[in-house]
Amino acid sequence: MRDAFVRALMRQAADDRRLVLITGDLGFGVLKPFWETYPDQFINAGIAEQAMTSMAAGLSLTGRTVITYSIGNFPTLRCLEQIRNDCAYHDANVKIVCVGGGFAYGSLGMSHHATEDIAVLRALPGVTVFAPGDPAEVEAVVPEMLKMPGTCYLRLGRGGEPTLHDAPVTGWKMPQALTIRRGTDVALLSSGGILTQTVSAAGMLAEKGISAEVVSFPCVKPIDREKISELCTRFAHLVTVEEHTIVGGFGSAVCEAAMETGTAAVIHRIGMEDTYSTIVGTQQYLRSCYQMDDRAICERTMAWLKA
Amino acid sequence: MEYRDGMTYTQWVHAGFLPGEPDVSDPEVLAWLIRRHGLEMTHISRGSHIGAIFSVAEIMSVLYTRILHVDPSNPSMEDRDRLILSKGHAGAAVYAALAERGFFPVEELRQHYANGSHLSGHVSHRGVPGVEFSTGSLGHGLAVGTGMALGARMDGRGWHTFVVLGDGECDEGSVWEAALEANHFGLDHLIAVVDHNHMQSLDFCEKTIRLEPFGEKWAAFGWHVQRVDGHDVHALEEAFRKALAHTGSPSVIIADTVKGKGVSFMENDILWHYRTPQGDEYEAARQELEAHRP
Repeated sequence: MRDAFVRALMRQAADDRRLVLITGDLGFGVLKPFWETYPDQFINAGIAEQAMTSMAAGLSLTGRTVITYSIGNFPTLRCLEQIRNDCAYHDANVKIVCVGGGFAYGSLGMSHHATEDIAVLRALPGVTVFAPGDPAEVEAVVPEMLKMPGTCYLRLGRGGEPTLHDAPVTGWKMPQALTIRRGTDVALLSSGGILTQTVSAAGMLAEKGISAEVVSFPCVKPIDREKISELCTRFAHLVTVEEHTIVGGFGSAVCEAAMETGTAAVIHRIGMEDTYSTIVGTQQYLRSCYQMDDRAICERTMAWLKA
Repeated sequence: MEYRDGMTYTQWVHAGFLPGEPDVSDPEVLAWLIRRHGLEMTHISRGSHIGAIFSVAEIMSVLYTRILHVDPSNPSMEDRDRLILSKGHAGAAVYAALAERGFFPVEELRQHYANGSHLSGHVSHRGVPGVEFSTGSLGHGLAVGTGMALGARMDGRGWHTFVVLGDGECDEGSVWEAALEANHFGLDHLIAVVDHNHMQSLDFCEKTIRLEPFGEKWAAFGWHVQRVDGHDVHALEEAFRKALAHTGSPSVIIADTVKGKGVSFMENDILWHYRTPQGDEYEAARQELEAHRP
């Protein structure tokens, strides 16, 4: 996903010479094509996320689109107040990019597990929140994000995620949700890089005779309320999947929107159960431990449908 | 609208100058008006921070009369100098300076803290012409100014960015992050001023978190450092001119000031970081200010 992001960013940087990328001293290898091609549009702010974010706000107020880039919780939680006061309150055209959402840096430990970012950023007025599910969604989302004014948050995976869409996502408009697979028995709603597991779970469910619809939400705030309303009408059970705490994140956003439709559909949330990961391992290992890998999504969905 | 004794708010504050008007292009006069408004505004609002409003008065008045290239009739003029009051709790000083310099009517100052007013205790740009940036949480302004100064340089523009900091604010690590970055990027169009009133929230800085040797710290971070009497408008102006002329690195002016300066019983008393001037104290402060009106 991060390579797709850099590709999309470089395309935009060619057209918009006032676009500036600031890194918090991260992106070795990944950002190299950018700084080699656009050295005048690249700044390394050092390991100083608070100043990086305030500086981005100040720079954007001179009429620029400014991207801050770091990994895990560093560009978000470490400098949350700078995002709130300096960026969002000033309608600053700052796009905050996190590489390594969820357990992408699973083996590096709790400090590097970004599992509350969506909830926290979603709470800030004036901040648009994107969590694309695969490289195709990244390519669709990034140009839209860079076109819109104001402060945005983009949560990416790491590298090497498979492309799950059959074809490039074209004509995407915020906050459109994307149907990956049609189904009739249950709807699986997914946001972010956990989409691989959701799609795989739908395949497993099919083998058990359960037809699951898979819908990806690359935009969490605002959220595609029309799609949620439609899914609430068509399905008795909705399952939300996120590599993130179930408190305040994507699943919560779906519940908030669904409740206002007066739906009788039951919504089940899969994610971290209000806890920190105290063990380490690969991303896939941790997804399995915390009951959000494809097998767990399949088994938990079957149990909910039977209950 | 009548404020007091048959006078409007503006007439009440300007009473000593009537039937004429104060010369707000004079930094001594503007500094006095900042204090006079600061007293009246915190009296009306029952607000805090009068000590900081008084200590920063000459810094703001020199900036708004002698240094800043700004236009009250066009507050968002493209090539204006940018001023960020990073110690946002002294916001009343900015509001008073802006109103007296014609950015908005002086009469509006009586709305400080009022229900529905934009004149918040900590300075806010929303709805207040001339305020460049909102602050209130300490440690943000210098890094924002760093970004603005970078933007000016990238555009090849000549305008300057000024950031007014508190000394207690320099406890914040983000100040020193920005100090490192501004020096690294060689931002000589960035000028910081520290209102060094030697006091912070609970006590003297020296007894809280020691800053000294303060100038040496900034110098070690690569900044051009000057130390001046922050209540001497001529010394301040000269320091600003030297900072404007300096090239190759950002500049900081450490302005030694007195918290509560101008009202003897408020000076160097931490109580006046919080206490609001009411009753006899308000009247005594008003009389002391009037006795020293320029």
